[in-house]
This record gives sequence, C-alpha cells and structure tokens, in this order.
Amino acid sequence: MAEFHLHTPLSEADVRQLRVGDSVTLDGVVFGVRDGNLIRIFDNKVPPPVNWQGAALLHTAPNVKKIGPAKYEPICVGTTTSMRMDRFTEGLLKDYGVRAILGKGGLSEQSAKLMQQYGAVYLSVTGGAAAMETLQIEAIETVYWEDLMPECIWQIRFKGLGPLTVGIDAHGGNLQLDVQQQAQQKTAELLKKMGIA
Amino acid sequence: MTVIFGMAPYLTEDSWAWATPAAYSTRGRVTRLLTKTACQPARQYLSFPCLNMEVPEQFYTQVEETCRDLYIQSLKEIPPDVVAAIRCAAKNETTEVARRIFSHYLQSIELGREKNMMVCQDTGIPIYWVEIGGRLRLDGSRINQAIIKGTERATREHPLRSSIVSPLSRENRQTSTGHRIPIIHYDFAADSDVLDILFMPKGSGSENMSFMKMLVPADGVKGIKRFVLEQVVGAGAKPCPPTIVGVGIGGSSDLCMTLAKKATTRPLGSANPDPQLAALETELLNAINETGIGPQGLGGRTTALAVHIESAWTHITCNPVAVNLQCWRAERRRARLRPNGSIEIGF
Repeated sequence: MAEFHLHTPLSEADVRQLRVGDSVTLDGVVFGVRDGNLIRIFDNKVPPPVNWQGAALLHTAPNVKKIGPAKYEPICVGTTTSMRMDRFTEGLLKDYGVRAILGKGGLSEQSAKLMQQYGAVYLSVTGGAAAMETLQIEAIETVYWEDLMPECIWQIRFKGLGPLTVGIDAHGGNLQLDVQQQAQQKTAELLKKMGIA
Repeated sequence: MTVIFGMAPYLTEDSWAWATPAAYSTRGRVTRLLTKTACQPARQYLSFPCLNMEVPEQFYTQVEETCRDLYIQSLKEIPPDVVAAIRCAAKNETTEVARRIFSHYLQSIELGREKNMMVCQDTGIPIYWVEIGGRLRLDGSRINQAIIKGTERATREHPLRSSIVSPLSRENRQTSTGHRIPIIHYDFAADSDVLDILFMPKGSGSENMSFMKMLVPADGVKGIKRFVLEQVVGAGAKPCPPTIVGVGIGGSSDLCMTLAKKATTRPLGSANPDPQLAALETELLNAINETGIGPQGLGGRTTALAVHIESAWTHITCNPVAVNLQCWRAERRRARLRPNGSIEIGF
C-alpha cells in the first residue's frame, strides 16, 4: 500500500493512480457538503454556487464560532456517514466534475462503478476522530447557503488532511463493501456453528 | 400517620418507612422529629435538616448548569473504560489499515483531554437518564425545564453545533432542542437523596443503525441471536465501529428499544447480572468479532467492544428484540447532585 500527498483541485491522473488501502494526505481547499445542501442542489435544482471541477468534497457539518459576516472559526470539524448521500454520487461526478468524495462508512457498489467510469475516488476519513481533522484546518475560507446552518456548503482550506484511506478507487475497488460482503459470508458460517441454520 | 400526611403532604409512604424504629438508633434526629411532628405544624417539621429533602431554590440552577457542563464535557472526555478498551483493541490489530484507524482514535482521545477539544463533531441527540432519589422532594416540571435550559446554554455558550431539526420542515432552532427534545427518561431510586443524571449525546451515525423486530415465541433465543448478528453485519462501517451493541429483549416494542439504548450506557466490563443473558452477551460478542468488519468497516479483529443486553418481561405471544448501536467513543457523563449543594461528576 502506497502513500500519496496530493493538492486540490485534483486531476484525473491524480486519482487514477490510487488503489484501495492506499493512504492519502491532502492539501488545499475541500468543500464541506451533506444532506441539506445536496438535497437543495439535486432535488430542488439549485446549482452549487461554486465551481467543483476537480474538487474534493467532504461529508461534514462542522461546529463553528461566528467571528464576522460569513466568517467562521472552526471548533470541531469531522466527518459524517456517506451512505445517506449515496444517490448524489452520479450528479456530482457527471454534472460538476468532482474528483474525490471524502466521508466515512463507504459508498455503494453503484457509486464505485460511477467512480471507475468518471475517474474519481472515495477517501475514507476516520469517523469520530474529528479533533485530529480540526487541527489540520488552515482556515474556513468562506461559507455558502448560510440559511442551511449547519448544513451550509463550507469552503475549508486544509494543510495535511489525513492520512485518509482510499476506500473506493477509480478501478472498481470498494474496500468497505468487500469487507462487508466477506462478513456476510462469515455470518452464514457463524450461524451454522451456533446451531442456527 | 394520617395526621402527619395531613400536615406534611410531601411525605410519602416511602419516606415514612425510612424513619422506622430501625433507623432510630443511628438517626437521633429522626426520633425527635417524629415525636415533634406528632403535635406540631408542618412548617416546623421542615426545619429539621435530616428528613427535610425539599430541595433548596438554587438546586434548579445547579441542575441547569450541570446539564450544560455534562453536554460539553461529554464531547471532550471519553469515559475511561472506553479508552482502556480502545487501547486494548488497538494492540490486537495486525493490518496496516486497522492500526492506522486505531491510532487516529487514540490521538483524538488525547486531543480531547489535553487540548480541551471536542473529539467528534457530532453533538448528537441529547439524551438524559434521570434517577430521582425517593427521599428528594422537588418540582419535577422545574427539573425538566432546567435540563432543557442547560442543553440550550451548552449550545449557545460553547458554542456547539445544533444537530436538532423539525422532522418535516427541517427547521433548526440552533438550540439543540425542539419538540420533545432533549429526550429525558425518569426513574426513581429508593432510600436515596441523590438526583442522578446520566447524559449521552447520541451520535446519528450509530443512532441511524437502530433495528427492532417483533419476533414470535417460536423464534426463540435462536431468532434473537440471528437478528442481532445480521443487523450488526448489515450496519457494517456506518455506525463507526468498534461499537457497543445494545440489545433489548422483551417488553413492548417501545420499551424494547429503550432497553437497547439503555444497555449502551452500561460501562464496559459490566455483565448482565442474569447468567443466561451474560452468556448470551459473550456468545454474541465473539461471533460479531469473528465477522472481520473491524474499525471503520475497513477490516480488522474488533467490530464491537461489547454486547450489552437489557431485558424486560413480555406478553405470552411476543418475543421482541431491538438493537441500538453506540459508536466507538461511547460518550457519556454523569452527575450526582444532592440538596446540600454537593455535585459529583463521573461517567
């Protein structure tokens, strides 16, 4: 398993070189997204107020302190469960050119196929370890759609975000799904062993 | 007895029982009190400190401030039993990815403690388990208000992210409160003058992994085992494993899920006092950890830190089972308040 240090925005070549299990550290702007703002984009058909070509998106809704108009200091920025936002993968890759989705818990088989097709990756952040992640922030540069607080779109500049684990690569690999499928097979054996056919 | 109840309506059968002759030898004041109250008005009865459990006015402010502090502290200091279990699990992992994840857990725990930082960004659904000592005399509605205010103050004063919205409009009041939130469970403890408040900020990654099924008696304990195992595997990476797997068995559907949630608040290392349930806890834990889901569902030896079961009796036709998962941080914080102003903080 290799280690990579990448800068955003990401190119197709940047992400195509990654394989599941690799470790990645990111510098540059990462956009915080989640349920509320993605629903607005895809269900309410409001285009995102910022260019996402080559972008890395992080599934998050941070704890912040307001220090001025549209200016916030981070208190605790962590990662939320990605699977809730699984149905937005296609739109993000196809319509907006996103290259990396960062989150926890993995995405579906369908998302992995789309990432292979469009050239994108899923980078697994260690869920619950937000204190670490928060210290890797240089600044919250700006925030869009403050009316959705805390589910705004957050433009956050990181220095050394990670190490992140490649959960889905651009070659069809899906680590979390593989682990879960193996666990399901194992469960069938375990139930037999426990006398439950 | 009827005379005393007439004069002091806040006396219950319980507190009367507490002052039985058996207590006389160790509680001289009680003896005098009983002698006096038999012929004196209730107001004088109140002046005796030993049985006077009517909480002072400042008690409600203390509850409010304590709840504020419990919320904030719970997000920063992971309970010692959980830290020990994470350390132990970290040593047990062999793959690079699993070791990496556990090292992130341990670093974040340290940052919480050393730098006074929130360990996770999820401020959760605020849940309080309140146990009222049977000897306390207090205004329950004011305790309820104090808890709500404490929750709002934590959110405003720290500040914390308000994670609470209206279910349909998705309106967020930015207070971590709303209709029927925080969730407050009340219980009572005999022979106690303590108000015990256990707080948990229940994160949604694990709370979304809640499952319940009304099994039938013919499904037996085998049906329970299958259900628990299949749900934990189905949840996979989503609840931030390794989890504490809370299991409720019996009761009605609502009680069953409440028991599963309550079970997650038990300290690690505690077994259910019923040997049959304790054995079931061990059997399920071993099976779950053989599935290999591991930390963050990226593969590894520890998928659960514990299986905790709580049970209740049920209807002859019922065999309910509920699973409620708690993420690896298993945040909880406890306060024990007494009417004399003392507050003990723990887990």
